Amino acid sequence: MESVGNIILYFVIALAIIVFSVLTVTTRRILRSATYLLFVLFATAIIYFQMDYEFLGAVQIAVYAGGIVVLFVFSILLTHRPGERADALTNHRKWIGLSAALLGVAVCGYSLFSYANFCSKTLASSNGLDIAQLGHFLLSTDKYGYLLPFEAISVLLLACIIGGVVIARRR
Amino acid sequence: MNLTLLMYLIPSLIMFGCGVYGFITRKNMIAIMISLELMLNSVDINFVVFNRFLFPGQLEGMFFTLFAIALAAAETALALAIIINVFRIAKKVDINEINKLKF
Repeated sequence: MESVGNIILYFVIALAIIVFSVLTVTTRRILRSATYLLFVLFATAIIYFQMDYEFLGAVQIAVYAGGIVVLFVFSILLTHRPGERADALTNHRKWIGLSAALLGVAVCGYSLFSYANFCSKTLASSNGLDIAQLGHFLLSTDKYGYLLPFEAISVLLLACIIGGVVIARRR
Repeated sequence: MNLTLLMYLIPSLIMFGCGVYGFITRKNMIAIMISLELMLNSVDINFVVFNRFLFPGQLEGMFFTLFAIALAAAETALALAIIINVFRIAKKVDINEINKLKF
């Protein structure tokens, strides 16, 4: 049995995610779209906090809400006049998009509901996550160690920095 | 009333559907990137929720999400650099009007 506060929090988050992700793709002003994306990312971070993964929630807020959304807002302000609205969608395009999205959601939803007993698991209690333990996993070469992906990510970020400099350089 | 695994998967599924819809219908390149972020984010939620509900003692899903967040940040930074460069050359960001490489 969950506490009442947890259940209320869940419903607020679920409603926020659904409403704001629909608004993100249907609004015709691009800056509003980025703002609604920010709200969706915050709601996701709250889900991570509710799952007792505090570190992941902090990373989500710092990287997504603090980094990526700011990048989006900067590039929108660099490429659009303020208050500019996108053209209305043609019917043809709208129907293609709607049918693809609804077909995917229907197939996934059907498979979810057909595994109902597996999906009705409840939250087991966890003894919290130790950040020191996480660091040991990240830098170990044992069975559950993640040293190789960690190094690969660092090389990827270096390549990304060099690529960004090369692309954005004035010729 | 209990919070079950299914109750967390449904908002994530709807978020993914919205991402697919936006990816297909939008013409603005930045709006397409925003839809892509929605899809990536819903997959991250799935990883975390499956890890927490089905294997509470292990951390695989959490590490996947950490690496996916880093990848998404790198990919967005590069894509936005390319979009701004295209705008500098072509003065527009609509995918329908950018056809210099097409012919």
